[in-house]
Amino acid sequence: MSLRSPLGQAKGLGSAKEGLHHWWAQRVTAIALIPLTVWFAFKVAILSMSDYQTVLESIGSPWSAALIVSLIVAAFYHAALGMQVIYEDYVSHKGIRIAAIMGTNLLMFLLAAAAIIAMVRIALGG
Amino acid sequence: MAEFTLPKNSVVQEGKTYPAAEGITNVQEVHVYRWDPDSGDNPRMDIYNIDLDTCGPMVLDAIIKIKDEIDSTLTFRRSCREGICGSCSMNINGRNTLACTKDIGDIDGPIKIYPLPHLPVVKDIVPDLTHFYAQYTSIKPWIQSTTPPPPDRERLQSKEDRAQLDGLYECILCACCSTSCPSYWWNGDRYLGPAILLQAYRWLADSRDENAGERLDELEDPFKLYRCHTIMNCTETCPKGLNPAKAIAEIKKLLVERKIA
Repeated sequence: MSLRSPLGQAKGLGSAKEGLHHWWAQRVTAIALIPLTVWFAFKVAILSMSDYQTVLESIGSPWSAALIVSLIVAAFYHAALGMQVIYEDYVSHKGIRIAAIMGTNLLMFLLAAAAIIAMVRIALGG
Repeated sequence: MAEFTLPKNSVVQEGKTYPAAEGITNVQEVHVYRWDPDSGDNPRMDIYNIDLDTCGPMVLDAIIKIKDEIDSTLTFRRSCREGICGSCSMNINGRNTLACTKDIGDIDGPIKIYPLPHLPVVKDIVPDLTHFYAQYTSIKPWIQSTTPPPPDRERLQSKEDRAQLDGLYECILCACCSTSCPSYWWNGDRYLGPAILLQAYRWLADSRDENAGERLDELEDPFKLYRCHTIMNCTETCPKGLNPAKAIAEIKKLLVERKIA
């Protein structure tokens, strides 16, 4: 029970004065993921019958490695941004929402870091 | 979490059925959501059988006929009966619309009437729009300018500038769009919703207004604005044929223009 006025409730804590960057980054990564994913799918299809050494050499070449790292960054960044939107939509409990966003961001960062390190090792012949 | 089921005391039960009067040939079944805050009972669906031969053409005519001739306890809002006041917005056969402009002839089978979705109900099909109106007030829906108006005339607007308001000024704030929006259902406490955002854009688009920057500052917020995921229910349901989703996209474009473009 609160006697705060309807306008006071509607205005709440005011505007966060951000949100554009999140929205824009989600769309930019979405567009970037279209060619990157198509390219990667073709790459996997072409290499599917190759032996281990050929695959390592092919994806470890400078351009392939750069594109795969770009795919990793775009995909995990996009996933983190998208999951945040889903939590904000459906999780009304503030504590759980913040924990879910932070946990997801951490997980996406870890997965991206692991994937990038693996890719760098392949590219450097590690 | 967002609530996907009704609480126990909101589950809609079967109500009374009012049979058609004798001698009526053209019978129309009308199901109406009923809830009385004073009774302590759950909401119920009452079924009225009315004579279409002595009823006006619109759903609002049927509701008025029920109140006049069958059940005077039925509570609803209506005023202009011609689609300009926005009072009789309700959910008719699964779609938010104005009862006064919804043709009974367009409906197959029984007419099913509920209050606008996901708002507190005051009584029967009258929803509580207090928060909706407060959100409208929060966007300062009036001209804000530092330049004083000319002493001898109104503020002028070119025909092209005036045309920018077409598709915006026609909004009657009936709340059909906002209450059809899942984002407004889940986060209506903070998300402004399509109606209020269309109104916000109406002032951003007004050539006489000088506070676009402040208005955009107030709108840029993950919850106030960016809960819109272009679901498009708003545009689909608008009884005035407007496009709130496009207005929201225009606000997002202005924010991009200000920072990035």
